[in-house]
Amino acid sequence: MTDTAMTVIGQSVIGKPVSRVDGRAKVTGAATYAGEFRPDRLAHAAVVTSTIPAGRIRALFADAAESSPGVLVVATHHNAPRLPYNSMAQRPQVDPQAGDQLRVLQSPEIRFNGQPIAVVVAETLEQATHAAALIRVEYDPAPAVTRFEEAAKSPRKPSAGKPTDLARGDADAALAAAQVTIDATYDQPMEHHNAIEPHVTIAAWDGDRLTLWDKTQWVGNDRAEIAHVFGIPEEDIRVVSPFVGGAFGSALRTWPHVTLAAIAAKMAGRPVKLELTRRQLFSAIGFRPRTVQRVALGAEADGRLTALIQEAVGHTSQYEDYAETTVEPASMLYSCPNLRTAYRLAPMNINSPCPMRAPGVVTGVLALEMAMDELAEAAGVDPLDLRLRNYAERDENKDLPWSSKGLRDCYKTAAERFGWSGRSPKPGSMRDGRELVGWGMATAVYPTHRAAASASVVIRDDGTAVVRSAASDMGPGTYTSMTQVAAEALDLPVERVRFELGDTDLPKAPVHGGSITMASVGSAVQAACVAARARMRALSNAVDPVRGADYAEILRRHGLPQVDVEADAAPGIEQKRFSMYAFGAIFAEVRVDPDLGTVRVPRLVGAYGSGRIVNPKTARSQCVGGMVLGLGMALSEQSEWDDRFGKVMNANLAEYLVPVNADVPHLDVTFVDEHDPHVNPLGVKGLAEIAAVGVTPAIANAVHHATGIRFRSLPITPDKVLAGLSKKR
Amino acid sequence: MHPFAYTAAQTPQDVTTRGSHPPHPDILAGGTDLLQLLKERVRTPAELIDINGLDLGGIDEKNGCLRVGALVRMSELAADPRVTRDWPVVSKALLDSASAQVRNMASIAGNLLQRTRCPYFRDATTPCNKRDPGTGCSALDGLNRTHAILGTSDRCIAAHPSDLAVALVALDARISILGPDGEDEVAVENLHRLPGDTPHMETVLQPGDLITAIHIPASECARRSHYVKVRDRASFEWALVSAAVGLDMDGGTISDARVAVGGVGTKPWRLRTVESLLIGKAPGPQVFKAAADRAADGAQPRGGNAYKVELLKHTVTRALMELGGCA
Ligand SMILES: Cc1cc2nc3c(=O)[nH]c(=O)nc-3n(C[C@H](O)[C@H](O)[C@H](O)COP(=O)(O)OP(=O)(O)OC[C@H]3O[C@@H](n4cnc5c(N)ncnc54)[C@H](O)[C@@H]3O)c2cc1C
Ligand code: SF4
Repeated sequence: MTDTAMTVIGQSVIGKPVSRVDGRAKVTGAATYAGEFRPDRLAHAAVVTSTIPAGRIRALFADAAESSPGVLVVATHHNAPRLPYNSMAQRPQVDPQAGDQLRVLQSPEIRFNGQPIAVVVAETLEQATHAAALIRVEYDPAPAVTRFEEAAKSPRKPSAGKPTDLARGDADAALAAAQVTIDATYDQPMEHHNAIEPHVTIAAWDGDRLTLWDKTQWVGNDRAEIAHVFGIPEEDIRVVSPFVGGAFGSALRTWPHVTLAAIAAKMAGRPVKLELTRRQLFSAIGFRPRTVQRVALGAEADGRLTALIQEAVGHTSQYEDYAETTVEPASMLYSCPNLRTAYRLAPMNINSPCPMRAPGVVTGVLALEMAMDELAEAAGVDPLDLRLRNYAERDENKDLPWSSKGLRDCYKTAAERFGWSGRSPKPGSMRDGRELVGWGMATAVYPTHRAAASASVVIRDDGTAVVRSAASDMGPGTYTSMTQVAAEALDLPVERVRFELGDTDLPKAPVHGGSITMASVGSAVQAACVAARARMRALSNAVDPVRGADYAEILRRHGLPQVDVEADAAPGIEQKRFSMYAFGAIFAEVRVDPDLGTVRVPRLVGAYGSGRIVNPKTARSQCVGGMVLGLGMALSEQSEWDDRFGKVMNANLAEYLVPVNADVPHLDVTFVDEHDPHVNPLGVKGLAEIAAVGVTPAIANAVHHATGIRFRSLPITPDKVLAGLSKKR
Repeated sequence: MHPFAYTAAQTPQDVTTRGSHPPHPDILAGGTDLLQLLKERVRTPAELIDINGLDLGGIDEKNGCLRVGALVRMSELAADPRVTRDWPVVSKALLDSASAQVRNMASIAGNLLQRTRCPYFRDATTPCNKRDPGTGCSALDGLNRTHAILGTSDRCIAAHPSDLAVALVALDARISILGPDGEDEVAVENLHRLPGDTPHMETVLQPGDLITAIHIPASECARRSHYVKVRDRASFEWALVSAAVGLDMDGGTISDARVAVGGVGTKPWRLRTVESLLIGKAPGPQVFKAAADRAADGAQPRGGNAYKVELLKHTVTRALMELGGCA
């Protein structure tokens, strides 16, 4: 497997900055997103949600809604079909590994504020929305856990999934004996993905067969989950999702509204479109859980780590244990003989969280990297030197060598491009007029995973090829990068290759998440294309590999309209022999206005060691996107939760503050040369998530450097900065 | 959305006549705020009367006063060369508002009448005296980082969101109102009411009243004016705190001063005490700071918004310093 890349000849398009092959379709509106399909007789749904966080529906009055103009059906727990919700032999990794998913319209029970309790289907969206407002509900409220602090008092271990409590040596004893110590608590708020495209599903039944046009990062799982929910064979379901308008993890799982759409369509006897409102996106789909973490570091006088303790508590719902790998980076990011980590859950009356770009890792690394900055100050060591002194030459957690690790290069490159050597170490010592200038840095890391995938190739007698896999493209450029991989392996120009994705009728692909698409689907595409080219060679009886330019002629000679090849690719033993991660280094400059408390970021510099870069243009795009995410996390984004109602109050894009253009600074992205022969045939490590890691702590550390104050609760807003500065004055 | 009848007004009288009779239609201008409120069911009018077809545009300068038609869009007023020259605070307050897209749509009158951003007001499921009188104020002991510290009552602490209104209040601007009984004029400063026991009654306008124009007098303070707005992100957000300032100089001393602030008041807030502390003094950091130190007199913070007391003083100082060339 690992050698297939070597058989490729001809001009390489892998590594070229090819522009998005779907770019024109997207900007001209020709790309059809899930909600834009128009099956005949399409009806529209509006979802009614609970207004209390816990209890039962005592009475639900739907008469007024039912007799409202245009209404076709009102689905509630009274009349909705009882669904089997069969358990799956193995839970998809995108679902929480313990608990029971929310069953919609199956009982009067309320487990969180904003829970779907009815669906109105009408001829138009306006009619459905109006009728939904006519539904009157009476509740028997029950005591609810809506305060994080209360839930976090007696947190519990996740009852399934990857172990999160890791240990080596005796961290507590080493901490007690350490010459320099840091012990601090970091608070990261709940965040919502807020992709521009809302979640939407169109469901259409044809007898017992169901078609779903859905916003999803994994058509295969949509199909499998809905098959289990409804107790119907997977073969009877087709899921179509050619374009996704951003997702960041919110479309990994199959959410309850997909089931609602299918129920509504069944009851209405019509295809039904169900689109969540922006406000509903803050309770109907998941979010990045609020996570409070203690990090304790012990070190020698020179900063070399002797003890590392990281303990995290994140919130989850009352019905599922959603656990993140928050504390995993602590186990491998630095060399440290004594380690102890713990991860606990604080169940609340809230919907289940879900992965959001670099889930867990972003969170764990921000606390660890903010603590490392504190340690650097305490030990009187430059923050970058501190990282180098604790450089991990192998994975001390798995006790394996790295498949490759370009982190030293990343540090060096980014530091040079940033001009780090000009940093004056003393906090508050760099000023520009009245502004306080701060420089900070952090390390980034993300595991390199890979999953089994399949792809097919059709070479046609006009000399073009169509390559297919049921993958997804939520924005990174899957269409483009796969076209490049295929074009190279087939020895065809990219214009002669078309890649298709997002349909369960296509060869199986794994989830479009965890930064695995390039490694997994890319390997399958390459394998299929290499096999197809070999088939062409066999047909031509050539000794040397055939040229793509000759395909048409070869096929015509044989009277073949086309040649079809399908191939599978899966990870192998290499996963056990090496520890595989992408690494990066982020440097940030901040400007703090000491009177107004505002923090602005004029520049961010990142260098990444992420294996082979298939397309530097889309790769850069990934990285700047990740930087913007980290910027928002550091300075403005938070879902403002009201304990009393158990709900997010800033549930709109005017008040949930993602960075706007004026916030986004000069972003400098470099990829260091990294040749990794072990990770996968393409030598790629994925970029989606590492791009989001390390940015927030680099900014927070820069704010400390500017002000001399540690802001350990995110985001760092003017009210906090002013409070910190006036305390110091 | 609640079903509603739609009428396109042909004459201003259509608005005053229909408006003064049940079902008292809501006036639709740019719709950038009203549509949000309709979608969230904060407003459920039985009728909308669209005024976009009326002749309520135009920016004219007459007798040292700028007359701005009610339907002039924010972007148009902000870019007008007379405004950027003689009323810079108006232009800056507008350009610091919303986004280019919103400003292209949003009207001047609608801007003054936009409703508060209090999240409880905008979520129809939570108690709110302003939306549903008598249900209680969720913000008093809730999320109130963005709320007002001046002019509050124990019934409502919602901040008035308009930036433009702050600039207009500083400059003694007035509005023309056409009502069922004829024309009237009020100072922008008197347009909005304090919440008191009736936070749902936000302005002095009566059903059927149509704002037809805004009048902004020219003055040395207007010519020498400035706007500073503080917010979490660099753009596209309402003010945490803002300040509109204007100074008139007579030789080395300040002969007239205007200071109004936003994000802190339940209505656009003029700071006459601060103004009086500036008048007759030579401009300079000490004088500015001493005057601005009185900006938060009488403030009643409620926890989350306590930082606004300091921030308000600093923002007023900053605005004066930048205007006075000390920053
Ligand atoms: C995302 C976003 C960000 C924003 N940020 C800011 C900001 O930073 N600063 C700021 O100041 N504003 C901001 N705004 C608010 C925006 O400026 C207002 O929504 C806009 O000015 C309202 O004008 P409109 O013409 O769209 O009014 P509409 O929405 O049509 O109407 C608003 C109200 O005014 C009434 N009305 C309108 N015209 C008249 C009239 N002639 N006579 C009587 N009543 C009338 C309507 O009945 C309604 O009650 C923002 C808005 C959005 C959507
Ligand atoms: S502050 Fe005013 S608008 Fe906000 S909840 Fe209280 S009463 Fe309603």
